[in-house]
This record gives sequence, C-alpha cells and structure tokens, in this order.
Amino acid sequence: MSLAQKYSQEIQAIFAKYPPEQKRSAIMSLLYLAQREEGYISQEAMKEIADMLEISVTEVAGVAGFYTLFHRQKEGKYRIQVCTDLPCALRGADSFLQELAQALGVRPGETTPDGRFTLEEVMCVGACHRAPVFQVQHGDTITFHENMSLEEALAVLKKLE
Amino acid sequence: MSQYLLLRHREIPEISRLEVYRQHGGFEAFQKAVTTMTPDQVTEVVKASGLRGRGGAGFPTGLKWSFMDRKSWPHYVVANADESEPGTFKDREIMEGNPFQFLEGVAIASYAVGAQRAYIYIRGEYQHIARWLDEKIAEMEAAGLLGEKLFGTDYSLRIYTHLGAGAYICGEETALLESLEGKRGQPRVRPPFPPTFGLYGKPTVVNNVETLTNVPLIVQNGAEWYRRMGTPDAPGVKIFSLSGRVKRPGNYELPFGLTFRQLIYEYGGGILDDRPIKAIMPAGASSSLLRVDDRVLDTPLDYVALRQFGSDLGSASVIVIDDTVSIDWVIQKTIRFFKHESCGKCTPCREGTYWMKHLIDRIREDGKEEKQVKLLLDVARQIQGKCLCALGEFSTMAVVSGIERFPEDFRETVLEGVPG
Amino acid sequence: MSKMVTLTIDGIKVTVPEGTLLVDAARQAGIHIPVFCYHPKLEPAGMCRMCLVEIGRPMIDRNTGQPILDENGQPKLQFLGKLETACTNTVSEGMVVFTQSEKARQGQKATVEFLLTSHPLDCPICDKGGECPLQDLTMAYGPAQSRFEYEDKIHLAKHVPLGDLIYLDRERCILCSRCIRFQAELVGEAVLTFDERGRSSQIVTVSDPPFDSVFSGNTTDICPVGALTTADFRFGARPWELKAAASICSQCAVGCNIVYNTRREARSDGRIVIKRVLPRQNEEVNDLWICDKGRFGYHYTESRARLTAPRAEGRPVSWEQALQKAAEGLRSASQKALIASGRLSNEDLYTLKRLADHLQMPAYLYTPIGGGEWVRRYGLSTGSDLSALGKGDAILVVASDLYEEAPLWYLRVRQAAERGAALIIAHPRTTRLERQAPHQYVLRYAYGDEGEIIERLRREAKIAQTLHEARNLVIFFGNEGMGLEQSESLAAACADLLVETGHAGRIHNGLIGVWPHPNAQGAWELGFQPIFDLQPLFETMDALYLVALDPFGDGWVRQNGRKPFLIVQDILETATVRQADVVLAACAYTEREGTFTSGERRVQRYYPAVPRYGDSRPDFAITAALGAKLGLNLEAQSAARLFQEIAGAFPAFKGLDYARLAETRPQWPPTGRADYPFSGTAQPNTQGMGKILSAVAEGTMTPLPPTMQKESLRPEEGTLLLVPIHRLFDAGSLLTPSALLHGRIGAPHIILHPKTAQEAGVTAGEKVLIEWEDRQAEALVKVEEHVPVGVGLVPRSMGIPLSRAARARLHLAERVR
Ligand SMILES: Cc1cc2nc3c(=O)[nH]c(=O)nc-3n(C[C@H](O)[C@H](O)[C@H](O)COP(=O)(O)O)c2cc1C
Ligand code: SF4
Ligand code: FES
Repeated sequence: MSLAQKYSQEIQAIFAKYPPEQKRSAIMSLLYLAQREEGYISQEAMKEIADMLEISVTEVAGVAGFYTLFHRQKEGKYRIQVCTDLPCALRGADSFLQELAQALGVRPGETTPDGRFTLEEVMCVGACHRAPVFQVQHGDTITFHENMSLEEALAVLKKLE
Repeated sequence: MSQYLLLRHREIPEISRLEVYRQHGGFEAFQKAVTTMTPDQVTEVVKASGLRGRGGAGFPTGLKWSFMDRKSWPHYVVANADESEPGTFKDREIMEGNPFQFLEGVAIASYAVGAQRAYIYIRGEYQHIARWLDEKIAEMEAAGLLGEKLFGTDYSLRIYTHLGAGAYICGEETALLESLEGKRGQPRVRPPFPPTFGLYGKPTVVNNVETLTNVPLIVQNGAEWYRRMGTPDAPGVKIFSLSGRVKRPGNYELPFGLTFRQLIYEYGGGILDDRPIKAIMPAGASSSLLRVDDRVLDTPLDYVALRQFGSDLGSASVIVIDDTVSIDWVIQKTIRFFKHESCGKCTPCREGTYWMKHLIDRIREDGKEEKQVKLLLDVARQIQGKCLCALGEFSTMAVVSGIERFPEDFRETVLEGVPG
Repeated sequence: MSKMVTLTIDGIKVTVPEGTLLVDAARQAGIHIPVFCYHPKLEPAGMCRMCLVEIGRPMIDRNTGQPILDENGQPKLQFLGKLETACTNTVSEGMVVFTQSEKARQGQKATVEFLLTSHPLDCPICDKGGECPLQDLTMAYGPAQSRFEYEDKIHLAKHVPLGDLIYLDRERCILCSRCIRFQAELVGEAVLTFDERGRSSQIVTVSDPPFDSVFSGNTTDICPVGALTTADFRFGARPWELKAAASICSQCAVGCNIVYNTRREARSDGRIVIKRVLPRQNEEVNDLWICDKGRFGYHYTESRARLTAPRAEGRPVSWEQALQKAAEGLRSASQKALIASGRLSNEDLYTLKRLADHLQMPAYLYTPIGGGEWVRRYGLSTGSDLSALGKGDAILVVASDLYEEAPLWYLRVRQAAERGAALIIAHPRTTRLERQAPHQYVLRYAYGDEGEIIERLRREAKIAQTLHEARNLVIFFGNEGMGLEQSESLAAACADLLVETGHAGRIHNGLIGVWPHPNAQGAWELGFQPIFDLQPLFETMDALYLVALDPFGDGWVRQNGRKPFLIVQDILETATVRQADVVLAACAYTEREGTFTSGERRVQRYYPAVPRYGDSRPDFAITAALGAKLGLNLEAQSAARLFQEIAGAFPAFKGLDYARLAETRPQWPPTGRADYPFSGTAQPNTQGMGKILSAVAEGTMTPLPPTMQKESLRPEEGTLLLVPIHRLFDAGSLLTPSALLHGRIGAPHIILHPKTAQEAGVTAGEKVLIEWEDRQAEALVKVEEHVPVGVGLVPRSMGIPLSRAARARLHLAERVR
C-alpha cells in the first residue's frame, strides 16, 4: 500500500506545517514515515515522496543519503547505536562497545544472525554526561538508554521483542 | 532570588505543565510584549540586556534581530535545537525540563521581528523532545497563547517543530535552513546572512535554544536586571555542559565570570580518581585545547577571557581531560568526528579531514614519526582560513592546539593514554 | 544601465557593471583566476575554493559615507585576514584584489593539493587528458609534489554508466557539482545529485531511465576533470589528434552551432571520420550547449547504408548514365513534380526550384506542418535574439512540445521565463516545458479544437492583457494533433495575434514554426509549396523527383499498381530508394559546404568536415548536372556563388554573402583552449554566427489570404483518437545508425491515459494491435497521466505509419492471434 493511502492523515498534518508553496520542507518527515515499517526507505517510497513533493526521485535520494538517520538498506530490526564520541569515550564508551559487541557476537556495523540487532557506532547524541549511552533506532522511533552497564544494556535488548 | 533562570525545573519540577508555568509568571512577558510594547521596543530591551547568542559565536542577540530586512516579507524565526557539538547537552535539558520558557522565548522573538511563523529545528536524535514540544505547542494553542489574534491584538503566531536526521552540520545556521527547506543540509555562501536571505529566501532570525530561553525573563524583568549578572562582556547566566573525566558531569547554570576551578572542582566534584587535570576543551570538540595551569583555572569566564589562552568559550561545553589521557588520542577522536560530519561541499574540509584522519591513524598505529606529526600540523593549518563554513575550521582546532601545546604526547610511543 | 564600478586587480584597473562577480571582472581584464566549481552560466557555489584571492575594501567613514584616507591620501584598505572566493564576491568601488600574492598562491596551491589527494592521477589513460582543467591548473597552481601517501587514496568505481550515454569515473570526480547544477538550474531536470556526504559524496542518478535528460552530454563539456565522459567518445581519441570543422546541427530547426571533431581512423579503412560533436559557442542560438540528439545522432553519416554511386534500375551506373536517364524521364513526362525536404541546404533548394521552374513543374516541400508562408512574413527579424527576452516580454508556445521537438528552444524559453518573461503555454497535454519552466498561463484545449486556440487566448482577460502589454512577443507554434491545413490556419491566427498586439515586424518579436528539419524555413523562403499527403501525386503523376525524403519508409505512401517514373536523390539506401528508377547518390552535409536557415530565420554556414563518401556529390551539383541535360545552365561548383544568386533574387537575403555569414562577434563567456577551466570545452566561434534574414513584414504587409480551416477530429466517448506526436529520439533512418541511442529510442509504442487503458482492457507493457482506417500496427502500451482521456499518442517515425489523427481500435496482440 502506498504511503499516501496508509498515512493520509499524518501526511496532511505534515504538509500543514509548511507554507503551501514550500512542500519540499516536508521531505524529512515523509522519509521518516517511509522508514516506519521496515526500518529503511525503499526505492518505491522515494518515488512516491518525489511525486508528492513534485521533485525528482533523484533529489529525494540525495536528501535521504545525506542524513545518517535515514537508511536505504534493510538491516537488523533494531539498530543499537552506541555513542563512542570523545566525551563518552572519556568515560569508557569504547570498551562498552567492545563488550556489547562481544556479547552480541557481532562487530560494530554488523547484524546479529537472527536479524534482530544491528550494532553501530554513532557520533555524540547529546548525552555525554550519562555515558555509556546508546540509542535504539527502530522504524521511525529513537529511544535513549543512558548510564548503561553491559548487564543493563543486555536487559534492555532482551525486552525488545 | 532563586538559583535558576533557565533550568527552573530543577526547583519547580512541574514547570513543564502549562498551569504551573503560568503560576510562576509564565507568558506574562509574551503578553506584556504583544499588548504593551512595539516590536522595536522588545528588540531594544534585548539589545540593552547585552544578551549574546549561546549557540557558540556569542553574537549580540538584539543586534541580530535589528538586522532583519524590513523590505522583504514574511519574516521567520528559527530556533536552533540541533545541538550536536560533542559535549553539549544543555538545550536538551531546557526543552525537556522547562519547555514553555523556551517556547515563550520563541514567541517573543517572533513578535519582535514580526514573524508569524516560527520553526524549531531539532536534531533527529531528540525525537522524543520534538513530540514533547508538539504537545506543549498544542496546549499553548488551546490556551490561546498561539494562533490568530493573540491577546486581542492583530498579532498571530504559529510555532512548528521540524526534526533533523543526523547531521552535525545542520547546526550551522545556513545548512539548517537548507535542511528545513527540504534539501541536503549544506551551508550556503554568506553573505547574504539569514536576516537578509534566510528561510525560503526571506529574512530569518536563527537563535539557539538557550539564547531564546533567556528572553522572557529579560522582557519581564528588564535589561538592567539582566546586566546585574555575569560580566560586562557577557551579562547573565550560562549553562555549562560539563563532561569528560569529572566526578559529576552534567549541566551547570552559572553566571558568567566564574572560573574553571569553580566549575570543575566545586560543581563537578573534581577529577575522577582525583588525578591531575591536564587539558580542557571549553567548546566541545571544536575547541582549541587549553593546557591547564592555575592561570587558566582561575580566569573568570566570558566570551573574551579565553582568547588570551588561544581558545574560545563557544557553547561552553567543557570537556575535561586528565593526565591518563594522551592528546593524540583526543585529536584522533575529534578528527574522526569532523571527518564523519563534513558535509563535503568545500574542498579543504572534505579532503582535509579525510587526510588528517589517515595521518592520525597512522601516527597512532605506526608510531609517532616526527615527519607525520609535522605533516598533520601542516595539513590542519592548510585547512584553516579556506573553508566555506566554520566546520572545517573547527576540525583543525584540537589538532593544531594539541600538537603545539602538548608536544610530548606526540613523541611518546604507541597507544597510551586511552581511557579504560 | 547599471552603475559602473572601478576596482584594481593585480594592479590593473578594471571597470565593470555593479554586481559583476570578481572572477568575471578579472577575466574581462584578461586575468584568469583559477576555478573548478564556478561556471559563468551557473549560479556560483563557492565550494571548490580554487578561486581564493586577497580582497581589500576601502574603509568607509560611518558618518560621512566617504572612504577613510591614509597619510598619502590613498583610501585605507581593509583586508579580512583570510582569503575570499572570487566566484562569490561581487565587485565594489575601490576594491583592491591580489590574485597572485604569496598568500593567494598558497591558498590556490592548497586547494589543488587537497583535490589531488582523492584524484587518481590517471591522466595518461584519461579522455580529458589534453583539455583538462585539473591538469592545467595543477601545472599552473599546484604543488610540485604531493605529500599525500599514495596508498591512502580511496579507490572507487571507474566505469559507472549514468544511463546509456554518459559514464562516470568516481575516482576522478572532484565533487564540484557543475553537472548537478547544470541539470537542476539550467535544464530544470534535477536528475543528478550527490549521495552520501563528506568524502563519501558521490554523483548518482536514480531517474528512470537513468540520467533522464536530453541535455546530458553537456555535462561532459563542463566537467572540469575526466569524470564524466560520453559513451560515444570514451577511449576514442586524444584531443590533440583531432581536427575541428565548424558546422550547424541538422537534427532540428534550431540550428545549433557545433564542431565536428575528426580523425583519420585505421578501423575505418584509414578514412577520416567524425569522432565527436562539440557545441560551438553562439550566444544568440545555443549558448554553449547542444542536445544529445545533436551530439550523438551523427552516425548515419558513416552508415553502411550510405549510397556511394548512382544507380539505374537497381544497378550501379555512371553519373552520365544516371543523369541521362533521369533527364529523359522528366522530359518525357507530361505530369511531373519535384518534392524536396527541409534537410537540404539553401543552395540545393534554390537550384531545385530553378529546375522546377524551368520544367514548369511544382516544387513541393515535404512537411507535416504548414504555415511557413506566415513565418516568412512575420518571423523574427534581423538582430533578434531570444536571450534578450526577460521581464516584461512574453512567449507563447502553441501545440508544440519544445523539449522533444527543439530542445535548445526549450532551454532558451525556459531561461527567458526564469528571467521573468511571461510564458504562456497552449497544449492539449502537459509537456516538460509546463512541468519544468516557470509559466504564467496554461491553456488546455482538446485535440481537434486547435482552430479556437487563439480566439480563446484573446478571451482570457489576463492572457490577452499580458500579450498586449508585452514589450516583445515571440510565438512558437507546432502541429501536434493537426494536419498541414490546420497548422497553416494556426500560423495565420498567430500572425494575426502579432499584428493585433502591435508586435509584428519588430526586432525580438515574431513567429517561429517548430519545423522538424534544419532548413524547412529556407524552403519556405525560397518559394516551395507545402505538401504532406503524397499518395495523390503517386496516383496522378508521370514522373517525380524526390530529394532527401523517404515517404515509403515513413509508410505514408503505398504501392498500388501504378507508379510514376521515380528519381530519388538521397544519401542513404531507403525504402524509397529501393523503389526508384534512378538513384542519385548525394553526399552528407558533413562532406560539403552550404547554409541552413533556422526556424528563427537565421542563415548559418556549415563547412566540410570529412571527405565525400564514394562517388557521391553535393545535391546542388547533382541537380545542376541534371539541369544541364535539360537545357538549363546552373551553377554546379560553388555553393558561395549560388548563395550570391539567392541574395540577388530574394529580398530577404539581400546583402548577405558567405563572408558576412562567417562574421563573429565578441561573446561572453570566453571560450577556447585557455578558458576550458572557465567555460568548459564548448568550442569558440571563429567561423560565423550567421545572420537573421530581414523580415518581409518590415516592408510590405499585404495580408495573406485566409487559410482554410479543415474539420479536425476530436476525442469522443467510446472511441480512441490516435494522435501522432514528435519525440526527439525516434526510429527514423537518420537516427537508427546511432546504436548508442537505441535504448533511448525504444520500441514502437502508444501512450494512453490510465483510464483509457483500463477501458481498453490493456495495461502498461502489454503489446497491442492498433487498427485505424485500413491500416494496423503493433505497439507496446505505455500509461501516462498527462495524456487526455480517449487519446492514444503515437510517436512519429517509430514504426507506426500514422500520418495524421485518426480514430482507431485497440486489441491485445495476443488476443488477436
Ligand atoms: C558547524 C557548526 C555547528 C553548529 N551547531 C550549532 C548547534 O548545534 N546549535 C546552535 O545553536 N548553534 C550552532 N552553530 C551556530 C549557528 O550557526 C548559529 O550561529 C547559532 O544558531 C546562532 O544562534 P545564537 O545567536 O543564539 O547563538 C553551529 C555552527 C557551526 C559552524
Ligand atoms: S567547511 Fe566542511 S562542513 Fe563547512 S561547507 Fe565546507 S565541507 Fe561543508
Ligand atoms: S569556490 Fe570559487 S570557483 Fe569554486
């Protein structure tokens, strides 16, 4: 089913945010919508968004490709994104990542064989005072998990069905 | 006088509820501005208060508002809630804890520059905050604080949130505007600046969340009152995001003029394991590294004070580094960040960060050959002064200052000083 | 006039209009500031940082507004402390600029060094080698040695097809975005973008088909490195081995100025062959651009089907025998006619017309679209230039899909609209012009209602007002959905409109017929009569002399027993050639010289690029030789002398000769070897920019007789109306030899609205049988929203011999079988 059919009300609300002649501003919200179900943005979805915004599908792809929270490939159901940026790393984030990687049996960038988790390193997420920290990206949602120990992290992951 | 002007939720936990915020004087400033002041009067008060932008550059806020091109309409206000500088997490706490004061600041700024539409550009990772603000905005609309003909005047205003999607560069105001227009978030050539050519090509004020959150109190209590805090160069209070090797990392709202020693030892509880402090990055990953001595620790902080040491206060995201950490590792981290975040538009930043990454990796992996270190320094210097926006410049700050001020860390042998 | 500003660049005083970019001001003073991302036809992006210079601005006293002076009475200068980009800064009074100072040189050197860190330096095997801005600027500005470790270079894909025509080498790309901006800004088709960001940025297209634009080849000219190359020329030759011949593109009526680059080729038996086509600068016609048909469609000139010698009764014969036979055929026929196409030169057409007059036979122009007589009188006049149109002017485009029919006009109209000209489009469906150009008004009418278009424009108050108030008005008319007669009526109505709004006969004003051929306008000027339906001639005439047309191949003439004596003159072995009694082998226009008159009435010269094929001869020479056999003395040697005769005989050509046509005027931006980094590899114009004919309307304004409006077919409930349309890439005999274009040409197809398709029970991709009148053809179904309901669009020259609108039935091809 097309985005327009599935989320017609939400799409209306998104467009209402911007001046009518500036439809293109809605692109990021629409890309999130497209990512809601499968966690990635398909070629068809980009085409549909292009038509909605009256721009070329290439332009949509260029926007999707610029931002790290948009994905055009299907990966694990949950993306476990550990911040290993300077402030977090000063508080042990690098070793936290290593431990978590070991516990999941994958290297950063890889997906667990059951397809549930993709482990990723990310840049600062604005939680430096609560390192170690990771965020879970799932569909179009993001959840922060802060002040994590390995045990707590694994408990969090366990609860994700 | 209560302790907090911005992080008021720490005293009044319920202040994120509209009626509680209003019980504490919320939206009186907005109503006062709209019903009793002209837009120019509001701008004048903010100008007189000496409020300077909290997004990093410290540009006088009222002056920026007065630059809005009056021949071109409509005008827009855009709140910069992209907060992506490593070590910065203050805007987040404001929006989570004291959302209405921030929104009131957006509203007043909008009134002052004649904007009827304001956008809040929020980094994608703060999605929960965007939803939370959407609720707060809806409550304001229901209460008649946003919408048509406010307070019985002809002034109308709507505020919308706009979610980013993972790009540090979108904190740069023109990249932010591009992103808000639905394009790749790459900076524009400036001039023209946003007050002339901003969102959709129209005059636009871009202000940081913290900057705007100061505004209601200034309008309510007057410029005089505000100037009583802080220093003449930087009146008022500032939220310091303290992170790194301190015992109590977190946000500390304090008047300008305090010292690093107070911030780190009094408020931050000192260094982990009581080790000696080695370096401070006062403005997140974009900082020039300060080599710490008593003079640095005891200098009253404002926007000019740190220049004497070759650094800048920026967004006051203070990253503390102790003697267990080697500076070559620190700059490896910062280079990695900037290489990842370079938008790719201009050559020196795009190619330079990539080149520096190779060099620092080689230095850290293959040993610290003098030739490589010198080349790294050269490349960093070669980037400077040539980029389209400040990101490229930022990418060199820690590199140049690190190598120049901590030469011993670039002579040691491999792989030391990595925090456990 | 804008204010002039004086500044000093490297000690040279330069005076330029306010608002000029520093980089342009310097170039005007002969100072080359190196650039990669800047291109004078594109908005500055300021991203490559190659043009870094030192800029000092006079300090101004806030109170007096006057410059502050130093002790020597000179204005005090303020320097920013850092270098600035010359491509994004505009000039200002008293500015002092250093482009060669130590500091500036260091900035430029740094940029080159940074760029080279990611560049593969594979110049020896690079197509751009020898005409590469990066190579040149590295020599001039770069460091002698790179400090970047070679092993650290990223390796990226080197042969990425961006569609059938253009290849991308990701390693060589320096991410200047010229190609992206060309497509987005100039063409309005954003089919290229950067994907990813930072050092991972790369050029991609995800359009379907990929790089979906008929202007794609131009990106290879402006690419400052060897990242974008054409599939045609890749690995074909080194630029310094190539010879250049100035020419005029013959693929449509725009008349783009081009250069044929040629080289002797072992693979072609040592012949000198065309290796590539490059645009030749003519800011009054095509700027620095050409379309992909012009760039890639030349291969017919070297087709295996080329005629190399005359024939009679199917056998090769000597010229003497062939001409003798042809002359006899004409002499003995009592009913005879001459039919020529708009592909021929003015000199050919003039000679043919002389022969026809001598034999008292009619001279016809084979054309699906009429109205040339009106264009002759109300067309553009001397000095007109579409690039002069902008705010305050109006452009009306009627019944023509400019993007498909005359791409460069599309581009120029689009740009005029971008500059503020009011664009009014009247068309039965949405065309690319409507989708991609800013327009004021669209008049949508039904096929068949063409007779009312102009009347309806008059009735729409806003449109009428715009047309009346326009400072200049240019009208393009086509013939979509119309036959010869209707399009002639349309032309007449358009001419009326020009007269009535006071625009007729003025410079930058007039009527343009969107003819399918390069010199149809020449034929109109020289007095040819239009004809499209040849069947009656084939049924009544005793002899026909057909020059450069293939009615049998088009499928519009059918054999039914009787056949007149056929003399066919052509360059290729066509279906019509196979029916001929005498075949006269003409050489291609690339092998001789001549002139074309473009749709704008601009007469332009082309020059020989390659030697003649076999024993072929120029058309005028053949006709002259034939004339000689029939007692008529015609110029047979010199095209220039023929042109002189034309100038003597036709008032519109008065005063023109080959020398005047070869004149050039100074043009901006500068082009040529030293300016490749600045403007790209479009070639400078040294061999002539042509001249627009003087307008007949300037003098005599006798109205033409009103033309007959023939009844036309309208879509009706429950029936299907077939309408032939023009597509740029068709399967005509001149285009199919360019194998590269086959993907763009595709299979025979019919385009339906989703509703129409549904009613007919067919879906996209299915094969159907179309039946109309007494004919039928198979086609693939395409479904597109822009087609009116009840209409089936059928591209011309795509294997479906539909000559004019007709009612039809559709069946699934399988069902039929
Ligand atoms: C690379 C870069 C990143 C930036 N990121 C932020 C940011 O996350 N938040 C912010 O408020 N300002 C950021 N800025 C500064 C903004 O460009 C702008 O100066 C600021 O939003 C103005 O607001 P202020 O005057 O209230 O400080 C950034 C600047 C640069 C060059
Ligand atoms: S300095 Fe970096 S982030 Fe800024 S424009 Fe250049 S490439 Fe983009
Ligand atoms: S930055 Fe000026 S030419 Fe590229």
